[in-house]
Amino acid sequence: MNSVGEACTDMKREYDQCFNRWFAEKFLKGDSSGDPCTDLFKRYQQCVQKEIPIEGLEFMGHGKEKPENSS
Amino acid sequence: MVKYFLGQSVLRSSWDQVFAAFWQRYPNPYSKHVLTEDIVHREVTPDQKLLSRRLLTKTNRMPRWAERLFPANVAHSVYVLEDSIVDPQNQTMTTFTWNINHARLMEFGLARFKSNVTKTMKGFEYILAKLQGEAPSKTLVETAKEAKEKAKETALAATEKAKDLASKAATKKQQQQQQFV
Repeated sequence: MNSVGEACTDMKREYDQCFNRWFAEKFLKGDSSGDPCTDLFKRYQQCVQKEIPIEGLEFMGHGKEKPENSS
Repeated sequence: MVKYFLGQSVLRSSWDQVFAAFWQRYPNPYSKHVLTEDIVHREVTPDQKLLSRRLLTKTNRMPRWAERLFPANVAHSVYVLEDSIVDPQNQTMTTFTWNINHARLMEFGLARFKSNVTKTMKGFEYILAKLQGEAPSKTLVETAKEAKEKAKETALAATEKAKDLASKAATKKQQQQQQFV
């Protein structure tokens, strides 16, 4: 698949390959010995974050309103 | 107004295969409308859960009459965000997917949304079969359906062509008659 930023596609694919291996062989097996993909991820994010046309969304779609029990 | 649709499916694979396939399901033969895919956030929590946010852009296909009603939307693709939590200890994955700029078009898009959900499952099954080294095969029903559709299209095209030729011949005849006046 292509990235939303054309220049980021190669970095995305490199990161995806690393992630998929780590995900199946380490993460799903409960091995928390460390993520070998952090550098690749950083590179990829530095490129793609500039290309995202949406801003400021809370995780799982929650709005910008503060939840009741936050300080 | 938010439209609601519930579908349930069973995938014939183990949970770890399904979770792995979730990250590899694009592209697939049923995802031609998906243009781009990006992970825009990812972290492992202290309790070993994987949080991710995936951004997808999809084509914004509308029938012609809708294009006339919403001309500003024609050129724009649709942005879809998908947040997910993978919990390998409990073997669960929770996802929440929503689109950013498509709310109004969903008012008459429910049928197409259902069809896209079907395509999602087909794409998922396809990639699972591929990852497990099986050759994915089309069902007999699908092959028969396709043959029927193709025959219909050919017949329709032939009818249109015949009509077209007939009208061209009629026009030519008219022109010839006018020249004699």
